[in-house]
Amino acid sequence: MEYVQTLIYGIVLGSIIAVAGMALSLSYGILRFANFAHGDLLTAGAYFGFVFFTLLGWPMYVAFPLAMAVTACLTLGIDRVLFQRLRQSTPVILLISSFGVALIVRAGVQLAFGPDTQVYARGIEFPMQVGGLRIKPTHLYIVGGAIAIVIGLHLFLRRTKVGKAMRAMSDNADLARISGIDTERVIAWTWLIGGAVAGASGVFLAMDTQLHPVMGFRLLLAIFAAAIFGGIGKPYGAILGGLIIGIAEEFSTFVISPAYKPAVAFAIMVLVLIFRPQGLLSGVKT
Amino acid sequence: MELSGFPAYAVFFLTFVGIYGVLILGLNLQWGQTGQVNFGVAAFFMVGAYTMAIMTTAPTEDHLGGFGLPFVVGLIIAMVMSGALAFLIGLITLRLRADYLAIATIGIAEIVRQFLKNEDWLTNGVRGITAITKPFEGAGAGAEPLIYLCIVIAAVALVFFALERLRRAPFGRVLRALRENEDTARASGKSIVNFQLQSFVLGSAIMGLAGGLYAPFFSFISPEAFTNLFATFLPWVMLIAGGSGNNYGALLGAVVIWLVWSLTEWLINQVIPASMVTQAGALRLLLIGVLLQVILLFRPQGLIPERFRFKRPH
Repeated sequence: MEYVQTLIYGIVLGSIIAVAGMALSLSYGILRFANFAHGDLLTAGAYFGFVFFTLLGWPMYVAFPLAMAVTACLTLGIDRVLFQRLRQSTPVILLISSFGVALIVRAGVQLAFGPDTQVYARGIEFPMQVGGLRIKPTHLYIVGGAIAIVIGLHLFLRRTKVGKAMRAMSDNADLARISGIDTERVIAWTWLIGGAVAGASGVFLAMDTQLHPVMGFRLLLAIFAAAIFGGIGKPYGAILGGLIIGIAEEFSTFVISPAYKPAVAFAIMVLVLIFRPQGLLSGVKT
Repeated sequence: MELSGFPAYAVFFLTFVGIYGVLILGLNLQWGQTGQVNFGVAAFFMVGAYTMAIMTTAPTEDHLGGFGLPFVVGLIIAMVMSGALAFLIGLITLRLRADYLAIATIGIAEIVRQFLKNEDWLTNGVRGITAITKPFEGAGAGAEPLIYLCIVIAAVALVFFALERLRRAPFGRVLRALRENEDTARASGKSIVNFQLQSFVLGSAIMGLAGGLYAPFFSFISPEAFTNLFATFLPWVMLIAGGSGNNYGALLGAVVIWLVWSLTEWLINQVIPASMVTQAGALRLLLIGVLLQVILLFRPQGLIPERFRFKRPH
């Protein structure tokens, strides 16, 4: 029973990593640079949720989409101010710039909300007892929300014109450009979608644990590991990667100190890099 | 005569800049010369500092060792340990896309920090390692900081001239060829992975040397001292501000950015009350982050750009 309980925690954590990893993988594939600010976009989303839900007291079904929208706008804003201008230089410069953006966002969050931990709602949440298992309502919200986002993103990528253009550009940017796809517009959409999904995963993360200025950065390695696991530019692969990493991290606490959770994600990433550096699901068409 | 006031501060400032200078010369070999993105500078710095501490302190119950080894031996072992860590990471990631190295190094920095925090038997955990001695301790008359400054300057000079020599050697040319175009370098018959690995390991060993110089300077180290900000982000800003690829630029960047950093501390302390001191830290972080973006946008080549013997084709 203890193992099933741990599996549940693993699935909750895995859902968060999976959703964040999907967004990272998507933007990684289309924009062709590893966005090191992605973890801190989660933090930003979580704190936007804090403003709407806790400070303003709006219900979660209003606060959640608003947090997603504001994070999306922030992400697009960062692109317009910085990344768009740097896009002509080498991708490595974008990498370094995003590393700096991560620190700017983190410092901004700390300036606005202080360095201490916060929670969305005070008081103890009583878990439901289901056949000897403890399940909190927030666990259901997180997993349900993650599934909804995966389905939504799937429909967007499959059914809409912009979604198809995004997949085309991820496969081959030059080919997409000569086919008449407005690549700048696709990039803008990628940031909006990526930012919104990052914001959502940030709110999930805050619901699961607490708010803290480095909460997203701490998860960054696991998110990258999930994206690499599934293959860069393969959002569906990141779902699998995220779940496996989340579950492995929770189960590792039976054997090693919880402080080494990032090391578990790192170990999985290293194994993938050694044996299948193109990712587990590469070759599968998205 | 005990140094005090401005001279004492100047000695402290210069020693610190010198240690940063060594660190950034190592980073310049990796990023400036070879084009490798190492976001885990802190990891190699930490490994160097802890190795130095464990090797040179007197025997104690608190952590492994101390082995009471001489200063120079400690420095050499610190370089070997940092280099060994780099070898392992490089072996896995250097064959792959350039950005995997960045991801792997940022991960290893976090893991090393957790390791140092949690393995009390080795490092005394969060309580840190104390009583790390400088050479010529007890030289008397307040000469100690001055002697240590001389040692640090000697280390900077040694690393600087060695790297300048290396840069002009065929080895340095291969590294720059790799940076500009891997395929051409490969077509010229160069083993990409070997050169990449050598550059990465050597650069990281130099970072380990910087860590080894840092530990005795403060005589106390703990995992909290090595934040990503101090040990990874500031060195990057220094190198990019000074001029990636140019060893003179790397040293100038260390002086200028450390001056800016110290000035912001002084300025912000004038404005913000002491009760909000943690917030002041965030504000400085924000300023230095913005400074990096401004440099990347408006002067990406840095204060002293890399010089080429021949004009670069465009």
